[in-house]
Amino acid sequence: MLKYVLKRLAFLPLVMAGVTLLLFACLQFLSPEMRASLYVRDPRQLNQMEAIIEKYGLRKPMPVQYGRWLKQVARGDLGYSETAKMPVSEAIGAFFPATFELTLVTFFPILAVGVALGVLSAVYKDRFLDHASRFIAVTGYSLPSFVLGLALLMVFYGRLHWFPPGRYGLETDLLVHGAGFRHWTGLLTLDCLLNGRWSAFADVVKHLVLPACTLLYISVALLLRITRSSMLEELSKDYVRTARAKGLPERAVILKHALRNALIPLVTLSSRLSIGLLGGDVITETIFDFPGIGRWGVQAAQQLDIPGVLGSTLLAAGLFVLANLVADLLYAVVDPRIRVGS
Amino acid sequence: MSLLGCALVGFFLLVAVAAPRLAPPPAGSRDPYLMPQSGYSPDPVLPSQEHRFGTTEQQYDLYYGMVWGARTAFKVALSVVGSAALVGILLGGVAGYRGGWTDELVMRLTDVILAFPDIVLAVVIVAVWGPSLLHVMGAVAFTAWPSYARLMRGDVLSVKERDFVTAARALGASDARILLRHIIPNAIYPVLIVASLSMGRTVITAAALSFLGLGEPAGYADWGQLISLSRNWIMGSAGDPFAYWHTVFIPGAAIFLFVLGWNLLGDAARDILDPRQK
Repeated sequence: MLKYVLKRLAFLPLVMAGVTLLLFACLQFLSPEMRASLYVRDPRQLNQMEAIIEKYGLRKPMPVQYGRWLKQVARGDLGYSETAKMPVSEAIGAFFPATFELTLVTFFPILAVGVALGVLSAVYKDRFLDHASRFIAVTGYSLPSFVLGLALLMVFYGRLHWFPPGRYGLETDLLVHGAGFRHWTGLLTLDCLLNGRWSAFADVVKHLVLPACTLLYISVALLLRITRSSMLEELSKDYVRTARAKGLPERAVILKHALRNALIPLVTLSSRLSIGLLGGDVITETIFDFPGIGRWGVQAAQQLDIPGVLGSTLLAAGLFVLANLVADLLYAVVDPRIRVGS
Repeated sequence: MSLLGCALVGFFLLVAVAAPRLAPPPAGSRDPYLMPQSGYSPDPVLPSQEHRFGTTEQQYDLYYGMVWGARTAFKVALSVVGSAALVGILLGGVAGYRGGWTDELVMRLTDVILAFPDIVLAVVIVAVWGPSLLHVMGAVAFTAWPSYARLMRGDVLSVKERDFVTAARALGASDARILLRHIIPNAIYPVLIVASLSMGRTVITAAALSFLGLGEPAGYADWGQLISLSRNWIMGSAGDPFAYWHTVFIPGAAIFLFVLGWNLLGDAARDILDPRQK
């Protein structure tokens, strides 16, 4: 078991190397002059392009450039992100808590709603409840987040002024960046509570509502579908018939027998889901102007802020590998038939 | 439900085919996908006699954009899913059949591509190549093929152990013939189901890239771009929050219904081909 975990952990740097190599390969489509412009921060530097190309070795073959970059990373320097206007390591510290907070408030509702609706849908197959939740699933799966997001903003911000975009309002902005506000956790909701600032807490929660609802509606669909089909499969098995035949109440048959087995396929799915959320939902964060990892990553990509792209992608890719590892381990826990290594 | 899917996709297909009749391009237009522009005023205008669906920011005719945008949507969906599935089937098939280092190489490549979060890799590719619809399609296809390849590889691994493969080999068939004529046709169905199910997702992803401004320059009939043109108008005008509802609602409804149609069709395909669901 330990050997398996170590093997999977060794996989992490490999994927990261692959991810960065692929990004470097993409960059080779740009001319050395264009890549040099990424290092220009002052117009006066523009007549020294050749010197910059020389200094950063931009005409050298790709492996040499990659080696240089690796050395830089090994020194703990991830570079400076032009879109975030700060070093990459600081930018991760600034943007990740926002995404993490959004993930915390959406992941468990998604899980609860998805599983509950999926189970109800399977138990009441072909009845009204089933049709209703399948309707939710197929519309949620078909509605692009940018359409839903804009529609929600139109109604709840434009019309009702309830839930504004961004992460906090002006007053909270001054408060959290002012003296006397201690950042205990980096999660603004918790920090506001710990500092005893109730109105700021309410403000932060208000800003979370719309992105959270968008993610909930879009993501619940997949979970619901898988739960439903997995539950239907379990309910048709022999052990369920046995349980019913020995006179167990239907409630116990469903919750104690079928559900436990039906949840196994959800382990991978929900760990993937949490990673998708932690990596930042690019479109949702962009629409609601929510300063998270996803919005930063996509802004960096659009403006070819390479250190920014490398930083945000490395974070997400690392999370991805870890989540897959956790999913594999959880599998062994929930399903005794799977014994890793044997 | 699957009937509704057929009806929706059929409707959009009809619109796409009849585009030159429904919305004839203005005389002298060099590219029918370029939306006619009446004036340059930034404020969208509500539907009227002259503009059936109103105009967007910069006075692009929304009706024209919707009709020709249906063609764009089909072009994107079919070519992206088609090319990604083809590459995935071939690479996944070869990887599963050959095994060894070929398998290792292809699978590690899929690991790397799948490790990129969300649409970040596609955005990087388009940013490097330069914004255009063709590049968007290329980038989305590049990020989509690994899922097909993995599925295909798994199917090939189980099919290649079957007796008819041994029989073909005993008859002296070449590797290419065994793979293309015997294994792939028997392993392809799950991939085709997933491909039909991912048609809608693909359109959403490509539209999201257009929405971020990575597609064609302003004025191209593309639903994602039309929605991005509505972004500045969701607040409406003073005293009337829904003054510009049509800029969000019309292109939004089109994308939603188009994707919904494909998803319902994909569900139907899965129900027919996957006996476990019965």
